[in-house]
Amino acid sequence: MLGEGILKGLAETAKNFVGSFVSAERLTTVQYPEQRIAPIEATRDFPFLVYDGNDWEAGMRCVACQICEKECPPKCIYIVKSGDKKPDALGKPQFYPARFDIDISVCMSCQICVEVCPFEAIKMDTEFELSRTDRFGGLLFDRKELAKSNEYYHKIHPTEAAEVDARLAALKVKSGAKSGAAATAAAAKAAAPAKPVAVAGNPGSKPEAGETKP
Amino acid sequence: MSLTETKAEKPEGWNRPRVIEPEGDAELLEVAMGPHHPSTHGVFRMDVALDGERVIRLKPVFGYLHRNHEKLGEGMSYLGSMPFTDRLDYICPLTNNWAYALAVEKLTGQAVPERAEYLRVILGELTRIQNHASSIGFLIQEMGASGTPLMYAFREREKILDLFEALTGARMMVNYMRFGGCRVDATESWLAATRKVVAGLPGFTEEMERLLTSNEILQARTQGVGILRPELAINAGVTGPMLRASGVNYDIRKVDGYGIYNRFKFRVPLGDHWDVYDRFMIRMLEMRESIKILEQALKDIPGGPVMDPKAKIRGFRPKPGEAYGRIEAPKGELGFYLISDGGPNPYRYRIRPPSLINLTVLEDMAIGQNVADVVLIFGSVDIVLGEVDR
Repeated sequence: MLGEGILKGLAETAKNFVGSFVSAERLTTVQYPEQRIAPIEATRDFPFLVYDGNDWEAGMRCVACQICEKECPPKCIYIVKSGDKKPDALGKPQFYPARFDIDISVCMSCQICVEVCPFEAIKMDTEFELSRTDRFGGLLFDRKELAKSNEYYHKIHPTEAAEVDARLAALKVKSGAKSGAAATAAAAKAAAPAKPVAVAGNPGSKPEAGETKP
Repeated sequence: MSLTETKAEKPEGWNRPRVIEPEGDAELLEVAMGPHHPSTHGVFRMDVALDGERVIRLKPVFGYLHRNHEKLGEGMSYLGSMPFTDRLDYICPLTNNWAYALAVEKLTGQAVPERAEYLRVILGELTRIQNHASSIGFLIQEMGASGTPLMYAFREREKILDLFEALTGARMMVNYMRFGGCRVDATESWLAATRKVVAGLPGFTEEMERLLTSNEILQARTQGVGILRPELAINAGVTGPMLRASGVNYDIRKVDGYGIYNRFKFRVPLGDHWDVYDRFMIRMLEMRESIKILEQALKDIPGGPVMDPKAKIRGFRPKPGEAYGRIEAPKGELGFYLISDGGPNPYRYRIRPPSLINLTVLEDMAIGQNVADVVLIFGSVDIVLGEVDR
């Protein structure tokens, strides 16, 4: 029948129009920014650096091993390793990042830095409203802007953070079981794999120190 | 442009689009058509030569979205290319991930745990449903029905993207699959949510079919338009719903049986008339088959690890050799070809994009048709320029 399609279409419109008053499921949009949908726990946006305790500089977990800098696909991480060493959460002397910059305008939130980090130091944030008036300096985050506390991490990703804390606690127990004399040796050993891969410009082409061929 | 010029550019041959004569000896009108906006299919141009309403010649022009993906992949570790594959066909990132992971797994001989295979099938079929839904929506929108069908499709797509976000952390740039499994495991609550969404999907396909399939405007605009003959489709290397709409029974899920697809019962719909309407119907029917696969996979999914514990995601060096991993992506055969020279990054990284190869028959389908139908024929190919240009 001619015009059947139009009638069907109008019936559909009427059904949805009336239906939106009775069933909340038909209202599929929210009025951002006044209304917001409930956050999804696994959501990820832009990385941040985790620190333990209250002092962001002293508690920073990052030991400037530069693996994330090397693996970052768009090369948005820039790290300068410190000259001296500081004791970390386990009491071992470790390097720390004298500079740790992430260019948020380049970062594509792929999470590879998080995956490759052996020290659970870099994690994904959920903050996405990052508009700045300055698109060059404003979007280049230094280590102070990137540092966020472990409590904050627990707040945004509770399940994941609990797993990470359990892993770190197990590591602490393991390293604490060793005697005092062995601890210094272990510290030296732990520092060895973190040897700088000082090639920032040509990553991927050079094998990492301590890597074995299959 | 005169007809002699058109003829001179197109020598006769089996693989050339036929030459049709304009009526009279008037000049042809050249029009630059195409989706020029990135929010449509992408940035693309069709240089069309018209005689009145009839298309005499059509030249696709693309490359505006070229991002040097393959060369970047050669300078980067195997893991580093994974997030970039999301950006090839950004409508269905998970199948891109899968094809690339499959190629690297073939190269390194890496096994994949059972649960990860099931998760891959679930995610791949969800991707297929949301791709086909939005592709039908775009097609109908290009026909002039601005809004409703596309919004219906997007409403359903939104539910599926929410599932992707809950599992992978991102709606589109998922970066989820790894060589030897998947990055994170699916929780029971995620599987329950997926079952709920899948249970609602037949209602959606019913609704779309009720509104569209027998709609006389859709039938009048699409039936008998943009015919692609099976011989040409095979010769041109067309794959996916395009090829099956031309009546060729070729589905890589069936012929290759990659992953665990041989465990599932599903049928491959085939077209009979080779036109735009068939391509629309094939996508409709494929969504129904995907729902069947999803129901089976969600019923049978086993427990266990989601990642091979021995698998290395970074710092590995495959033995010198080559591998080609291909899957039935929603748009057709998506293949990744890798050559390793024993280094930490591929020596050659090549993608067989279904969108680009399906696009090569555009002129053959459009010649002799009305100019308004060119938009439809283009829409029925279902391309994403991110994959065409790479």
